[in-house]
Amino acid sequence: MLSQSARYFIPEPSRWPIFGSVALLSMALGAASWFNGASWGKFLLIAGVLILFYMLAGWFTTVAHESEGGKYNKQVDISFRWSMSWFIFSEVMFFAAFFGALFYMRVISVPDLGGLESQQLIWPGFKAEWPASGPGIKEHFSPMGAWGIPALNTLLLLSSGVTVTWAHWGLLKNNRMQLIWGLVMTIALGMTFLGFQIYEYAHAVSELNLKISMGAYGATFFMLTGFHGFHVTIGTIMLIVILFRCVAGHFRPEHHFGFEGVAWYWHFVDVVWLLLFIFVYWL
Amino acid sequence: MDAAHAHGYGHGDHAHHPSGILRWIQTTNHKDIGTLYLWFSFSMFLVGGVLALMLRVELFQPGLQVWRPEFFNQLTTMHGLIMVFGAIMPAFVGFANWQIPMMIGAPDMAFARMNNWSFWLLPPAAILLVVSFFVPGGATAAGWTVYAPLSTQMGPGMDLAIFALHIMGASSIMGSINIITTILNMRAPGMTLMKMPLFVWTWLITAYLLIAVMPVLAGAITMILTDRHFGTNFFNAAGGGDPVMFQHIFWFFGHPEVYIMILPAFGIVSQIVPTFARKPLFGYSSMVYATSSIAILSFIVWAHHMFTVGMPATAQLFFMYATMLIAVPTGVKVFNWIATMWKGSMTFETPMLFACGFIFVFSMGGFTGLVLAITPVDIQLQDTYYVVAHFHYVLVAGSLFAIFGGVYYWIPKWTGYMYDETLGKWHFWLSMIFFNITFFPMHFSGLAGMPRRIPDYALQFADFNMISTVGAFGFGLSQLIFLWVVIKCIRGGQKAADQTWEGAEGLEWTLPSPAPYHTFETPPVVK
Ligand code: HEM
Ligand SMILES: [Cu+2]
Repeated sequence: MLSQSARYFIPEPSRWPIFGSVALLSMALGAASWFNGASWGKFLLIAGVLILFYMLAGWFTTVAHESEGGKYNKQVDISFRWSMSWFIFSEVMFFAAFFGALFYMRVISVPDLGGLESQQLIWPGFKAEWPASGPGIKEHFSPMGAWGIPALNTLLLLSSGVTVTWAHWGLLKNNRMQLIWGLVMTIALGMTFLGFQIYEYAHAVSELNLKISMGAYGATFFMLTGFHGFHVTIGTIMLIVILFRCVAGHFRPEHHFGFEGVAWYWHFVDVVWLLLFIFVYWL
Repeated sequence: MDAAHAHGYGHGDHAHHPSGILRWIQTTNHKDIGTLYLWFSFSMFLVGGVLALMLRVELFQPGLQVWRPEFFNQLTTMHGLIMVFGAIMPAFVGFANWQIPMMIGAPDMAFARMNNWSFWLLPPAAILLVVSFFVPGGATAAGWTVYAPLSTQMGPGMDLAIFALHIMGASSIMGSINIITTILNMRAPGMTLMKMPLFVWTWLITAYLLIAVMPVLAGAITMILTDRHFGTNFFNAAGGGDPVMFQHIFWFFGHPEVYIMILPAFGIVSQIVPTFARKPLFGYSSMVYATSSIAILSFIVWAHHMFTVGMPATAQLFFMYATMLIAVPTGVKVFNWIATMWKGSMTFETPMLFACGFIFVFSMGGFTGLVLAITPVDIQLQDTYYVVAHFHYVLVAGSLFAIFGGVYYWIPKWTGYMYDETLGKWHFWLSMIFFNITFFPMHFSGLAGMPRRIPDYALQFADFNMISTVGAFGFGLSQLIFLWVVIKCIRGGQKAADQTWEGAEGLEWTLPSPAPYHTFETPPVVK
């Protein structure tokens, strides 16, 4: 009888998933306690995060070994492609919820609060002009301009899309130097982006009085850019892992989905940024 | 289901496999994981059921007798959350795990390790939900729909529920990615898409729905979380937000979610009916198209849950007609099942009883749905027991009956033994009768105006509620028969033939009963 791995790859029993479950349980319990005033919650949360990192590191190391050990045939490769595409689709829908909230606030709820009825009965004097905080918020803020750091960040991310593709070409031609330098540049661009983003946040809070509590604008601005920044962080970490694997000689021109999956993810993060730039910063 | 394990274990790689509890914690076998899902689901079903009976005790008579109103609201909320996310959804994933690889001729799921994690995320979520009863302020009492501003105001129990939902959502997304990839990439040679059993088709579409909407739910509850703790104002008018926005986002998830809970049920029924009618399914391709159109339409009907919230008349008209449109593909399905039975040589073993019960009672739920879709009518009925009757007709007599039917249908393949037919029939008839005793009167109390999610009610509803409570206890106790049948069937009984049901078609019936631990390591060729 053909063994199962001749055609399909089926992994041995694994201890990694249960670590992940324990990690998420302690993160959830820790965060919930911490948010409600129990300071020990912090530590439980951090412990959970550490276990999660341990699990991710172990799991992905196993995967990398299996891949380099030649256990993944063409069919497994196709499975990875399908799954990564669907995963990115789920991420798109996650961002869609927040973009949906942005459109709802800009097009429906804020204009409504400035409408005649609300004006006369509840919130006299509230002018419904975007960017708006909200009729009950007395503090003032200035919105974030589009053409300073955000425009620069757009440039950075777009170029990083180019460099990661250039790296991919290097991988396809088996030109390791091009591959590695392409990745290094991509990571550097990603980190610069993150640095600018942090600087922008500091600037927003200290000079523009733009905080997450600044009503409609503050909430959508920080949640959208925040989740995006979080995804850039994850993407950068993944790129760094891939860089190390490339340096260690992993991947071949005809077998490198680990690289491609991360590149896809990076492009996705890029596209989200373009939408952010247009709808959050610019228009 | 240990029997299944013992049978096919003569494998060379024996040494690698941990035993005892570790076997279950580390398993990458789709059958083990399917079993875990099904047992988890059944335990959650019992927990959720006990909560429901606690509700019915209070509602036995008007006035407040047993629980404080706040606690009553916690019971309602947790009953809903546990049944939806803990009982119904995991049960279908359990079926998917056991059956999809066997039905498409694959050796396992595409990502066996991730499959393990999808399951093992559920117990932590269940722990969070149960623990939330014991934190200050108790469990969340905002309803399973966790509407703002209730949910932005409650105590720590709400945070635990939010995190539980996040975790269950992650589990669903990973499970769905796995199922889609398995179906698209692991089919045996010759198993073209349009030859797939309908159960596989319905799961393919369900998985797509899950990937599309679970992240939206995650977004919505994340906004609740930040509104609660980080000063955002998504659902607060003073900050430019709107509580109604929560309802829009929630129901954009919520309506597809109800189809997530019924499409696999359609799939199971579409397997059972042809078997016991001994005829091929009538209108296979129209079933596939009907399922797909239900899935697509389910994205544009969400505001039928919000007719009383206030929206432009054009929007009301749009959502009313769009909702009614869904009745068309649903009708196609019911028609096809009946046409399959037409002139068949039918027998009524327990799976078929549940399938017929499903068709009959689910259709009633479909009709009340149609009634609720009529905007002016819904404005009267929204938030009354009529809605409660509607969704229990589709979810209990719909999803749950299909799950029972599916278990009776496939359990001989899983354990290698026949279940006790007499007890199975008792289980069906008692469930059917008590179900209707419990929920049929709710149509009347709802039409008469009894509001839902309220521990006390006006005197004129007393008789209906008394009947419902009696029925609910009967229904609850009948489920113990099911537990007994399953345990009995695992422990032994009459040996099941490989082709358990004479009229059954499909790859799973070409396998021995019980199905060996590893199946289809060399893919079968489908003609
Ligand atoms: C012909 C198909 C259906 C139609 C036209 C329909 C229509 C509706 C409408 C209009 C409502 C809102 C009632 C209100 O709150 O005033 C509703 C509620 C509901 N429906 Fe359906 N429905 C259908 C099928 C289903 C199915 C198949 C399921 C689940 C398996 C389902 C589950 C629910 C649930 C859970 C609620 C209540 C949600 C809540 O407020 O907690 N429905 N349905
Ligand atoms: Cu709906």
